[in-house]
Amino acid sequence: MSDFKESPSQTAGPYVHIGCAPQTAGLEQRGMGAPFGHKMIAGVTPGHEMTLDITVLDGEGAPVKDALIEIWQAGPEGSYAPTAQFSNWGRQAADLTTGQARFQTLKPGALKGQAPHVLVWIAARGINLALTSRIYFPDENNASDPFMIAAGDRAETLVAAKAEPGYTHVIRLQGPKETVFFDV
Amino acid sequence: MTKNPFSPRDLQWHPPALHHDYRSTHLRAPQHKLLHMPQTETELTGPTFGQNDLGPLDDDLILNYATDGQMAQGPRIIVHGKLLDENGRAVAGKLIEVWQANASGRYRHVNDGYLAPLDDNFGGCGRCLSGADGSYSFRTILPGPYPWPNGGNDWRPAHIHFSVFGDGFAQRLITQMYFEGDPHIKLCPIVQSIPDETAIDRLVARLDMDKTIPMDIRAYRFDIVLRGRNATLFENQMEGR
Ligand SMILES: [Fe+2]
Repeated sequence: MSDFKESPSQTAGPYVHIGCAPQTAGLEQRGMGAPFGHKMIAGVTPGHEMTLDITVLDGEGAPVKDALIEIWQAGPEGSYAPTAQFSNWGRQAADLTTGQARFQTLKPGALKGQAPHVLVWIAARGINLALTSRIYFPDENNASDPFMIAAGDRAETLVAAKAEPGYTHVIRLQGPKETVFFDV
Repeated sequence: MTKNPFSPRDLQWHPPALHHDYRSTHLRAPQHKLLHMPQTETELTGPTFGQNDLGPLDDDLILNYATDGQMAQGPRIIVHGKLLDENGRAVAGKLIEVWQANASGRYRHVNDGYLAPLDDNFGGCGRCLSGADGSYSFRTILPGPYPWPNGGNDWRPAHIHFSVFGDGFAQRLITQMYFEGDPHIKLCPIVQSIPDETAIDRLVARLDMDKTIPMDIRAYRFDIVLRGRNATLFENQMEGR
């Protein structure tokens, strides 16, 4: 066996906020630089601003209130090159009371051969290997997207719902409408 | 794309989503298998961070929450090692974030109600970037073991949580580091959710007397390995953006 096999994953645990979203832990950043990923937009941006509200539900339909959620997406031009106004990466903790995470971002443009989408990554207590999924948009043509095609009759679990001024998306960890998670 | 730039993830090596003895997985483990897909630009790219994004004490948990002139309590340690990929190559300039309990096993977190005391001078949050040769290092105190609700008499081994970024989002990894010789490692359902003992051993840091500073601070060595990168394909892919 190779000495250089990937380090095995472990759960982020319930206190992930201390390291990754200290404002949520109630930890002032005494002596530390600013938290990462909290703001994706700075100043006036060329694209279409939107909110993206994400809630993760467990097998009983209860919100996962200790989840850490990251998104990674193309900018409005369909590019992953960051600009001074836009960071393609965002990170929010689920609200400790409601379980909802809100991202203030830009609608992604399409990549060649794929419909516009957002990669979503979830770490939490009880999740041994962080989960990767995608979010697509109900007002785009998703029919020929390879991930949507591969998801088959579960593809609708990847599509957000319109909710002005943006979209809302529910990720179900279990149950009849369990979200599709990818190994990529 | 005929071949993926990142080598496939060995899902038998990682802990399975559902591990009966770790209760929190019962309602949070997806029941479908992960859907395997070829990598696209979305998975091959990821955020980048620079030294300018970090504060001067971000890699020093002994001092970064302490009042001026004071220090966190507990055995002083350096935690260091290399960030590598499965080809043994350095993964340079990537963000490593850590968090941990204090020397008494208490987290500075609104949801931690353990009766052990907080330390006014310890926050438990740190971060650094890997160097050109993949090396990283931070200073902290030895975290304490702590009890946790899992239906029995469960105690976590002393551990430090790690969050790591790679070249692409496909390499993103969260894990935990344990300490050589801790008897709780064998008893912990979270650790033991990893099926293979060799894999568990990769998460156990070793006392490093070479890097230990006499009369000051002990060192522990912990290397972190991310998914392999097929160099040629990876570079072509990136240039083709
Ligand atoms: Fe922990």
